[in-house]
Amino acid sequence: MAAPQTVPVETPDTEEVPAADRPWVTIVWNDPVNLMSYVTWVFQKLFGYPKDKAERLMLDVHRKGRAIVSSGVRERMESDASRLHAYGLWATVDQP
Amino acid sequence: MFVRKGGQCVARFTAGESAVLQQVLAEVVALLSDGFDRADPVVERLFPDVYRDDPAGSADLRKYTDDDLKAAKLEQAGAMLSGLPEGGGTVRLDEEQAEAWLRALTDVRLALGLRLDIRDDTDLEAELDDAVLHDPTSPRVGQLSVYAFLTYLQESLLSALVS
Repeated sequence: MAAPQTVPVETPDTEEVPAADRPWVTIVWNDPVNLMSYVTWVFQKLFGYPKDKAERLMLDVHRKGRAIVSSGVRERMESDASRLHAYGLWATVDQP
Repeated sequence: MFVRKGGQCVARFTAGESAVLQQVLAEVVALLSDGFDRADPVVERLFPDVYRDDPAGSADLRKYTDDDLKAAKLEQAGAMLSGLPEGGGTVRLDEEQAEAWLRALTDVRLALGLRLDIRDDTDLEAELDDAVLHDPTSPRVGQLSVYAFLTYLQESLLSALVS
């Protein structure tokens, strides 16, 4: 463990992180057609998430209307969104 | 409907069920090929904008993704169409085929769900009762029944696949 700091360290201001370095996210939105069991299965299948995590994300989509299902570099998120579209889920990419 | 038998998902279809599925799948195939129209809400739903507040950026990206996505959707609809027994019979799907069917069923349910204006709070049974009461011979009665059948079929195939 590190010794306690005696010199005040400048905390990096997140606002100052250049936009290009902030991670991108893939968001899945609620829709009235897709089955809860199917959405859970897709999250397991595409992202390799364990069942409890996939279910938690599915419930967020269902109850809150949306959930962030992955994050990372922009191209990767665009690919995730595209794969979700192939499974009929409504996915978008954003940089929060 | 579907049950797991060894490595396969197995179900029996009547001639009528096979015909109905062929018809709704053919409609999706038509939508994805000759009838492809961005202004159609179903196409918009099957090919959503990747950037919610950036139509230009979404359109730009679409140049690279649209063809692959369209090909994938046509392939899964085709996989299901070719697996349906003409005149009814038994269907046996391995895991890969079952997954293609699940994706194809999603596309037809999304298309039909939009046309029927299915919402989060839609009570399908009450909706069907209403439609029957109003006019038992209306196309809406038939479409609602098909939608309910597709939902049941997808649920049963998924539970057979993961069991």
